[in-house]
Amino acid sequence: MSTVDNIKEQLSRLQSEQRDSGLKNIRQNALNAFDKMGIPNTRHEEWKYTRISALFNQDYQIQNGQPVAISAQDIDAIRLPGHENAHELVFVNGVFSQPFSKIHPNQELVIIPLEEAANNEYASIVSENLGHSSRYAKDGINALNTAWMYGGVFIDVKRAKIASHPIYIYHVTDSRTANILAQPRSLVHLNEGSQVQVVETFATIGMQSSFTNQVIELVLEEDARLEYYKIQNDAVHASQVSTTHVRQRGKSFAHTVTISLNGNVVRNNLNIIMEAPYCESHLYGLYLQKGNSHIDNHTLVDNVKPNCYSNELYKGIMDENATGVFNGKIFVRQDAQKTNAYQSNKNILLSNNASVNTKPQLEIFADDVKCSHGCTIGSLDKEAMFYLRSRGVTEKSARSLLMHAFADDIMEHIKPEAIRQYVDKLISERLEFDTI
Amino acid sequence: MNDGISTIEQQVLRDYKYGFVTNIEADEAPRGLNEDIIRFISAKKQEPEWMLEWRLKAYRHWLKMEEPKWANIKYDPINYQDIIYYSAPKQKKAPKSLDEIDPELKRTFEKLGISLEEQKRLTGVAVDAVIDSVSIATTFKEQLAEQGIIFCSMSEAIREHPELVKKYLGSVVPVTDNYFSALNSAVFSDGSFCYIPEGVRCPMELSTYFRINAENTGQFERTLIVAEKGSYVSYLEGCTAPMRDENQLHAAVVELVAMENAEIKYSTVQNWYPGDKDGVGGIYNFVTKRGICLGDHSKISWTQVETGSAITWKYPSVILKGDYSVGEFYSVAVTNNHQQADTGTKMQHIGKHTRSRIVSKGISAGFSNNSYRGLVNVSKNAVNARNFSQCDSLLLGDKCGAHTFPYIEVKNNTAIVEHEATTSKIGEDQLFYCNQRGIDTETAVALIINGFAKEVMNQLPMEFAVEAQKLLAISLEGSVG
Repeated sequence: MSTVDNIKEQLSRLQSEQRDSGLKNIRQNALNAFDKMGIPNTRHEEWKYTRISALFNQDYQIQNGQPVAISAQDIDAIRLPGHENAHELVFVNGVFSQPFSKIHPNQELVIIPLEEAANNEYASIVSENLGHSSRYAKDGINALNTAWMYGGVFIDVKRAKIASHPIYIYHVTDSRTANILAQPRSLVHLNEGSQVQVVETFATIGMQSSFTNQVIELVLEEDARLEYYKIQNDAVHASQVSTTHVRQRGKSFAHTVTISLNGNVVRNNLNIIMEAPYCESHLYGLYLQKGNSHIDNHTLVDNVKPNCYSNELYKGIMDENATGVFNGKIFVRQDAQKTNAYQSNKNILLSNNASVNTKPQLEIFADDVKCSHGCTIGSLDKEAMFYLRSRGVTEKSARSLLMHAFADDIMEHIKPEAIRQYVDKLISERLEFDTI
Repeated sequence: MNDGISTIEQQVLRDYKYGFVTNIEADEAPRGLNEDIIRFISAKKQEPEWMLEWRLKAYRHWLKMEEPKWANIKYDPINYQDIIYYSAPKQKKAPKSLDEIDPELKRTFEKLGISLEEQKRLTGVAVDAVIDSVSIATTFKEQLAEQGIIFCSMSEAIREHPELVKKYLGSVVPVTDNYFSALNSAVFSDGSFCYIPEGVRCPMELSTYFRINAENTGQFERTLIVAEKGSYVSYLEGCTAPMRDENQLHAAVVELVAMENAEIKYSTVQNWYPGDKDGVGGIYNFVTKRGICLGDHSKISWTQVETGSAITWKYPSVILKGDYSVGEFYSVAVTNNHQQADTGTKMQHIGKHTRSRIVSKGISAGFSNNSYRGLVNVSKNAVNARNFSQCDSLLLGDKCGAHTFPYIEVKNNTAIVEHEATTSKIGEDQLFYCNQRGIDTETAVALIINGFAKEVMNQLPMEFAVEAQKLLAISLEGSVG
């Protein structure tokens, strides 16, 4: 039996168990969609440069209530700095684990399992927003996650509340005994005038393959303010498709930073859907890759209504045999007059075996807009190198200095001090060790 | 703003100046496509056996192919069996001089502003006039021949210079390249052939004028230009068609070969019939154009002004194979009413120290959609490759669309690749500035658009630049935002 058939069988088994009626329909629809679309191959335009189908040549175990052998020490080892003050949500093999998670008592937000939210007073919010991302993903990967929706989390930030603790989300995969396919799912709802910081990170324990197919949907109502950070520094045998879907239903503000430092095949989908006038969004990304890793950042800014502003900057440094993909799409609908949308992608290639494919894409149907995009691919500036070398800086330090400066444009947008220092340390180590 | 839009709509309809039909008897093939039709075309052209074989091979391959669907354009399926693949104006025998050409034909070209006689006497442009499927006349042949330059119709080249045609035909755009190039290879009827010998700088602009006249026909011409070591040629191409309600297919293939130190400059002013204001009729312009810089230090430059066609779908490309070779692409694409354009370029950097520059200006008005789609590919051994791309779009009106799909693939770390794109409309402040100085809005828009397209227009040879600028103004007449 092929991997995909195996997955399908497990999915229909889950479906027949009917553990939660609230999610049944959406799962069934996704299952049908997955059946139809399957795993995208490289002939799919959105997957032209990322060979995801190869990852499905092996079998995976999907978490379905089996006991896991993760210990508290394992979790401690991967905690992010500043965790003492944060709500910590731990997903093990894609399933939300209450015992490992730590939620501070508070008046500002509610964190409950998705299955529960689908059947209580939040049911209407869940049904309105859950699965919205699938409208933007015309491939089987998103459907696969939705069809499997099991052990997800729902977060509701209350009206006019500013969350006093950031939310840290850990996706832990335990691949010590088997190949694991983890499919975490979360829905975050920011009510009118609320504010929250979300930090996500990924960790694989064990030497077998791990594949995380994650979807997080964030819904912003009027005057809500979101800061979202994704840090990917997983093992070299860990692959990911990570979809972050931000739906701005009211005039709101979203600030996202994606840092990708390691992994096997990493694909990020970041969608910003501006459904109300006067929305503002910032998208920042930094990818430092080496070895044989592959990083693919797909971003989409969909301007549905007028007077929205978006600003996007993605930077990458590729070394050794690493391959990078950037695909930034800006979509301006006919109604979305007075849109301002900026996009920039800059890449440095350090080795002759590294490569970058970039496709900044504009699709514009309104005339009174200001949209621009730019991208560059090059190596380190020779003049800048010469300047530093002529002042007695060693070649190694000069290179590291220049790359650090290059990365700094993104780093400065990480607002929580503890997280910025943590990422800065990771990058410093990387740049000093890996350059000649 | 709304008033402005309705004024645009009222004014957007203008007459297509070249929409007349010439009443000349035509010699046509029956409708449809099969091996017999290909044999018929080949026989009509008195082609040698190898050419027929080449065509049949292409046809058999075409049968196995599927029509591509990826472009950002929409059209009803084309019935390939409903097209007449060969149509030639009837002439008793091949004309020896211009005086022998059917006067009706000559008048046609005069109406188009391509007076063959005048061309002969005055301007320094050698013209090859192609109507429907065949080349009607080529001027200045003798003068060119003195320098060893061959400039003739494709069918003549197949008969008289088979060794050159055999060597280069299909070498840049292989028969199997894509759906429309395979179709073209099977049924192409005529086109221009041009060979510049070593070290010769072609003393005049070479030009081909294409005209579709007959109804229900498709035009499939094939152009091949070979520039030997150290030579230079500037080549112009223009085209028009009558106004008809059905869509007509134009699937041409252009191949350029530049040897060491050679330079080819290829300019197009494309003004096929774009259809009426409701999008009825018009030409489907599905063209494959590709050049190869085979030798070191060679250069190929494409300049295009695209104002016509219901649908334009083409990507003039350069394969930069020789070291230090240069590829350039300058384009102005204007779409109005219901026109659609998906156009751009491909720059394949293979040799060392290769350079390419892309400047693309898209102007959309009415209900049209204008896409730039481009590829810059730097292969692994293309050391020190350099590319700069710039794509600007201008939107006039809020019912049109502008799209950019740049693909950039870099596999060498010494490459420097830059791409930038902007989309905007004509600024109110710019219009105000002009109005304030007594320039009415329409003139102001023309002025601003001219400025917007200047960078590309400057690349056109003088004879064309004037025509192109007029064309630009006419295409957008009344589209004041």
